[in-house]
Amino acid sequence: MSVLHVKDAGPMMTVQDLGRAGLSRFGVSGAGPMDTPSLRIANRLVGNAETDAGLEFAQVGGTFVVDTPVRIAVTGAAVGMTIDGKPLHAWESHHLLPGQTLRIGAVINAVWGYLAISGGIDTPPVLGARTTHLRTGLGGLDGRRLAAGDRLPLGTGSSAPLLAMRQPLARPRGPFRIVPGPQAGHFDAAAWKLFLEEPFRIATHRDRMAQMLDGPAISAFAGHDIISDGTVAGSIQVPSSGRPIVLMAERQTTGGYPKIATVATIDLPRLAQAMTGSSVRFRVVSRDEAEDLLMDQSRALTSALAGLEEKRETTGIKETTAMSGRSNA
Amino acid sequence: MAVTKDAPAHFPRIAACGDSALTIEFADGIDEATSGRVVALADLLANGTIIGIRDLVPTYRSLLVQYDPALVRGRDLTSQLLDLLERQPEAESGARHMIVPVLYGGETGADLDALAALKEMTRSDLIALHASAQYRVYMIGFAPGFAYLGGLPERLHTPRLAVPRQRIEAGAIGIGGQQASINSVPGPSGWRFIARTPLKLFDPYRAEPCLLRAGDRIRFRPIEAAEAADLDAAVARGEPVEQWEAA
Repeated sequence: MSVLHVKDAGPMMTVQDLGRAGLSRFGVSGAGPMDTPSLRIANRLVGNAETDAGLEFAQVGGTFVVDTPVRIAVTGAAVGMTIDGKPLHAWESHHLLPGQTLRIGAVINAVWGYLAISGGIDTPPVLGARTTHLRTGLGGLDGRRLAAGDRLPLGTGSSAPLLAMRQPLARPRGPFRIVPGPQAGHFDAAAWKLFLEEPFRIATHRDRMAQMLDGPAISAFAGHDIISDGTVAGSIQVPSSGRPIVLMAERQTTGGYPKIATVATIDLPRLAQAMTGSSVRFRVVSRDEAEDLLMDQSRALTSALAGLEEKRETTGIKETTAMSGRSNA
Repeated sequence: MAVTKDAPAHFPRIAACGDSALTIEFADGIDEATSGRVVALADLLANGTIIGIRDLVPTYRSLLVQYDPALVRGRDLTSQLLDLLERQPEAESGARHMIVPVLYGGETGADLDALAALKEMTRSDLIALHASAQYRVYMIGFAPGFAYLGGLPERLHTPRLAVPRQRIEAGAIGIGGQQASINSVPGPSGWRFIARTPLKLFDPYRAEPCLLRAGDRIRFRPIEAAEAADLDAAVARGEPVEQWEAA
């Protein structure tokens, strides 16, 4: 079995796939990546199924070696990365051979990065998925963050060429789109005016479960306690502090705060990737509009994945052949 | 930009939760009839009655439905649900009844004596009262398998602790306000805990990971330390020890 050796890991590196679906009624969070399109792209760049597991990291990656030749790709943002000291681009795949060292440094102007490896991370699925849910210790590698010394089993990769994403996937711009509700009516016109007209800031208090926002206090005239009901990724809860909390990938399945609105799915990865301290404004769209946006993006992503370009291997080829030869000797 | 307010309380009310989920609210209070309607609709939808539904979260008075907008649009799902609700039988069918063995007191049930003192009851009277009631699982939420129970006898209603405890064990039997609970995973809590069950409500490696679901009925059966130890051992061996009784 092939193994990925983690020589060094950033503070927030976990195994992630597209999530643990269909178990919300048993209190099991879907988890999954903070920036789903980026993980899907990373997988496709190395010839994996989009549902394969890769690694998610915040701010800084880590140092890795393998015991079998693989292809790797890093996505999510621009990232400082090298193999044996040679700088490489994110958003394209590269060979990583036994004996070489992959170093992934800081994520630039974003938060979350993704590393996919051909064959995928092959930790045992838990409840049908490999995604790590940290709070309940489910999935991934023993349900926890990765650390130096960890060894991750790899699946068998396909023989695909090196690929590159030449046209970056267009990230939405402008205000974050929200659909009002399900407890829009707990907030009066004055609260809504503040919510839509004042800027908020991405608070330092953020993790895979929730994103807190700094800004004006939003008051719910109907009270800040509701009979607990179901939540989704993007639910904007407003507790009695008046500081909105956006639930993210690792949210709990139910909650007791009124939810003024829900962030449109298309804008969730962008929220996850927004730098701490950056400004956030909200704009109301209808459910129909949000669904249209989501499906447009889904089509755009599908066509971008279909159009990944084969890289022209120049000097790399010789190097690769020589290195493989050596490792097989 | 005009913002649509919630419609005046007219139930069932369907509200959007973004572009991939909606919630059907049946009432704005907690009662068995409402929970029954939530569970009945959840069971109906779990059978694949409507295409495009990805996940369901039945809660006290509402059902969250996650859908795939590529398969069904929110507005179409809303009208299909409204049609279905008109035809839906009011009563849920075939509730399951579980007997939950519990060891009162001890380290996990550390609040038992203080609660008895607060209620001016003897320890055994409190146990008898707590074990006399039939409880209903209103919702599984907060954490995997965590069961929120209704049916706590009024005399046992007790406010939460001012300062939550850092770690409560899985299997702890709690009281929070008018609700009761069976904790499924260890974690912090401000509820009061009077007992524990050897049953493992949630085990991701078991064929049926979660023993309970919304709509189940529960009775607590007081057990002694020796039986608790036997059950702990059986659970550790992976043997199913839960007992169901005929309705």
